[in-house]
Amino acid sequence: MMELVCPAGTPAALRAAVDAGAHTVYCGFADETNARNFPGLNFSRPEMAEGVAYAKARGARVLVAINTFPRAGEQALWHRAVADAHGAGAHAVILADPGLIAHAADTHPDLRLHLSVQAAAANPDAINFYAESFGIRRVVLPRVLTVEEITAINREIDIETEVFVFGGLCVMAEGRCSLSSWATGLSPNMNGVCSPASHVVYDEVAGQNEARLGGLLIHRTPKGAPVPYPTLCKGCFTAPATDTGPAQTGHIFEDPVSLDATELIPRLQRAGVTALKIEGRQRSRAYVAQVVRAFRAAVEAAEAGAPMPAGLLAKLTEGQSATTGAYAKTWR
Amino acid sequence: MLRRLPAPPLSPALAGRALSALLRRIARRNPAILSRLGPHGAARFLIDVTDAPLLLLMEPQAQRMTAHRRSAAPVPGHDAAIRGRLAAFLAMLHGSEDGDALFFSGELAIAGDTSAVLALRNALDDAELDLTAELEALARPPLDVWLRRMMAAAARRSGYVLSREV
Ligand code: SF4
Repeated sequence: MMELVCPAGTPAALRAAVDAGAHTVYCGFADETNARNFPGLNFSRPEMAEGVAYAKARGARVLVAINTFPRAGEQALWHRAVADAHGAGAHAVILADPGLIAHAADTHPDLRLHLSVQAAAANPDAINFYAESFGIRRVVLPRVLTVEEITAINREIDIETEVFVFGGLCVMAEGRCSLSSWATGLSPNMNGVCSPASHVVYDEVAGQNEARLGGLLIHRTPKGAPVPYPTLCKGCFTAPATDTGPAQTGHIFEDPVSLDATELIPRLQRAGVTALKIEGRQRSRAYVAQVVRAFRAAVEAAEAGAPMPAGLLAKLTEGQSATTGAYAKTWR
Repeated sequence: MLRRLPAPPLSPALAGRALSALLRRIARRNPAILSRLGPHGAARFLIDVTDAPLLLLMEPQAQRMTAHRRSAAPVPGHDAAIRGRLAAFLAMLHGSEDGDALFFSGELAIAGDTSAVLALRNALDDAELDLTAELEALARPPLDVWLRRMMAAAARRSGYVLSREV
């Protein structure tokens, strides 16, 4: 059966994921070492050890994401996170920075290493470089590839691949995160904070909902309509009028919708993908329980050659609509 | 359902005292809530349950909850506000609905310090609270058994999620 890798932002969400049938749960420490460094979220050291024990007792595994890029002079924080994840009994750590990966490979030779989506390794040469240089065992592919491209990659690499099947369409590649850094002065890649809540303001202005990031208006929707979170890479932009056409307003980089690749699971299985990943460490235990239950049923159906269940999770998706993302289209 | 009920017999002061007692008990039994809140524990949260007669002001660090008549101006000073129907608040607290989903669909609205709201949401989500169990524990026997039955009946009749689901 394909492995289901599920998010947990809190110990309660970890337990919900395991109880709902997750094979694997990924989580992070409550600091800048992981890419979902949000208020009230993540694990203390004792919580991590308890979470690993809870999962192990029920036959599940825990991966610790230490997937931001260490700042010069501050590497000790990231080194300590790797050591503590190892000490807590994590099945593997998910890393992105080549320096940190080299450190982990040298210092913890028996620790299993996964390459984070943040490393944006999207071709066989890059992936093989990480595998050969550092003994990386699994790569999480960025959400910019088609199923055909994933098939081609798997033909040319020897390590496992993990792909996102559900949740926020967070590409973390092609420079998108720089938009958030520019608007807030805090970096998704370095500080683990994309469009941080501290810079977000929701307001009702003249009967309409407005969502701002760092003072910039990102979304405006009619009252009563869904309000997307003001993530800049999924924001609404207005391009000024030019000689050739009028001003245009729209989602230039990405629509504020979620990924749902349920229907593609059988094709991903045939493409040689080992593990399916669900995004959403910032979501609640209710979300985790519902999504994990639905996807556990889907991977079991795929294993049995049965059709994929459809449309179960529409309510949980951002903007309440979903896309199969890059998997089934060519990249814009 | 609440709209059809007469105004509560409790004065805002009494309601505030009872809610503060509940809050203190929850904080005592779940110290992780305040540590997860971190600096946001000092924020003042306005809880605007739109189908309830009173506005609530929650101050986690001070372990204080005060109730205010909706008609009484001005609205009490606050750093963050969460607005929605009682059903949405209860479903979120008890893990039957996802807070973000309620928010994306407009069933919950927030204003003010978004970080503080997020921290509160995450801290409460981790605490796996069960309001029925908390109220029961505040009552002495045999009142606790009566309370449990009453809450179960209320949940059935109203459709509200009154105890933990996940
Ligand atoms: S800016 Fe976009 S791609 Fe980068 S972390 Fe945020 S959501 Fe993800």
